Amino acid sequence: MRIVVPVKHVPDIHSDRQFTEEGRVARGAEDGTLNELDENAIETALQLVEAFGADARESHEVIVVTVGPPEADGAIRKAYQLGADRGIRITDDALVGSDVFGTAKAISGALRKIGAQSPIDLVITGMAALDGLGSVIPSLIAAELELPQLTLATKLTVENGVVEITRELDGVTEVLTAAMPAVLSVTDHVNTPRYPNFQLIMAARTKDVTAWSLADIEVSAQEVGHAGARTQVTKAEPRPPRELTQLVTDKGEGGLALAQYLIENDLV
Amino acid sequence: MTSHNVLVLLDTPETELRSAAKELLTLARSIGEPIAVALSQPSDKTIDQLKEYGVTRLLLGSVEGDASIYLSPVAAEVLAEAVNMVSARAVLASPTFENKEVVARLAYTVGAGLVVDTVRVGLEGDAFIGYKRVFAGSWDVDCKITTPIAVATVRANAVIPVPAPEPADELTVEAYSVVPSALASSVFMVSRTEHAPIAGGTNRPKLAEAAYVVAGGRGTNGDYGPVEELADALGGAIGATRDAVDEGWIEHDAQIGQTGVTVAPRVYIGAGISGAPHHRGGMQASGVIIGVNNDADAPIFEICDFGVVGELQDVLPQAAAAIREYKASQYEI
Repeated sequence: MRIVVPVKHVPDIHSDRQFTEEGRVARGAEDGTLNELDENAIETALQLVEAFGADARESHEVIVVTVGPPEADGAIRKAYQLGADRGIRITDDALVGSDVFGTAKAISGALRKIGAQSPIDLVITGMAALDGLGSVIPSLIAAELELPQLTLATKLTVENGVVEITRELDGVTEVLTAAMPAVLSVTDHVNTPRYPNFQLIMAARTKDVTAWSLADIEVSAQEVGHAGARTQVTKAEPRPPRELTQLVTDKGEGGLALAQYLIENDLV
Repeated sequence: MTSHNVLVLLDTPETELRSAAKELLTLARSIGEPIAVALSQPSDKTIDQLKEYGVTRLLLGSVEGDASIYLSPVAAEVLAEAVNMVSARAVLASPTFENKEVVARLAYTVGAGLVVDTVRVGLEGDAFIGYKRVFAGSWDVDCKITTPIAVATVRANAVIPVPAPEPADELTVEAYSVVPSALASSVFMVSRTEHAPIAGGTNRPKLAEAAYVVAGGRGTNGDYGPVEELADALGGAIGATRDAVDEGWIEHDAQIGQTGVTVAPRVYIGAGISGAPHHRGGMQASGVIIGVNNDADAPIFEICDFGVVGELQDVLPQAAAAIREYKASQYEI
């Protein structure tokens, strides 16, 4: 089985996240990290290939792909630590300013190139990137590559070339099936990602990352970046932090104080 | 000035319009001519509500063949036809996970710009702008849509729903059907099961749309009684942290956070919740944030407008009683 996991290098959610003057998410190597939800996708992919047994592991492949500057290798190295076999980074100046459609075009271009080398069985993503929280990339990749989309899986099984997922939406549970190849996304409830082992941590340091340009993946610069974007950030401003106006210690009347606060501020 | 046709996707036309749909219709009126789209038969109540909000046209889409209209790519193709039928300039939907998929595929198909999770959509000149609040509510960002058609999801409680100054006399229902593409039908819906309401609260508003949310975390020790009591006094919904869901104390539908339900109510009250980043990401855009925690150093107090250091088991029922009393006194006058 050959599985590709698109991943994203994002600012750590514990860090002080910022926008640049150009209205883009400020991404530095220091506080950047592998999007946490992508670990669930990597774990899903690893469990699927490991199910064939340790002896057969080498005939199956988990490939991670990311779009970003060279610092984004941090995300790929983290994926290597978890056990991914191969990492590809798409880097091109023309990608700067890409919206979701541009990003999906670049990832899809890479997937086509990987698929041309040897067919891909599954594309698995996390449920969202913790910076943008758009959750639309898997749908756009599926549209672009004309593959079935099985998104937000909380459970999945693969049998006889058919994938079955369970997904928990707000108020409803759905069970969906589709034949492979397919695009999947998995939630953070699907599994518990493993911790890297020492051997893999050491190996990840020196393992190669393949860098591809837009020309390598045969995607036109007009379709991505500022040129291809259908949206443009025209303003980005930090909001003033909230001020804790009152912190009451409950000495028997804390609940009354809470009710009073709501009533006085016309919030009831 | 010519008015733009703005499509509003209705989530629950078969029962009645909830606050989220009314907010979308109110917003649509502010940027153009609202036209409703339903993917299931509207109830009489829905028709009446649409008229109240000044809507004169309802497009009722359906699918020919066996494919489920609940599959996002199928729904997107049905919506794309609606966009073509009325040459819509904008499409608005509520920000559920399924709607995000639908609007993504829709935008892909019709070549529209897409902004998800806006707090409002406006017109500047002839361009639509999606206003967003990002990074757990710490930044405001304006996204200009540079394509002729704009597609956006809009968060609940960001717009106050207001019926039209003059309700519509007539509402024309225009039924149409679409044959889904082979690609959209390549997924098979084996089953679709609706959940029972969270903790027996059939009369409570939906968490994602509620104007009041009372959420309980580890500090509840699994007893949501006080949380429910205060939520009911306020007419709100109850929520929870991932911890509480993982403990099996409450249904997954109640989970607030970056990977659960994102809420932005008028008032959020977090009880026995420390305020971990994942939870904060799902509620920090709320209007007023109130924390109740027995630890004065709990991080949630860093993002609160008002806080009580104390046991939620004491504070919430007392607050609930005071609110009930206040409300009762208001009705007497």
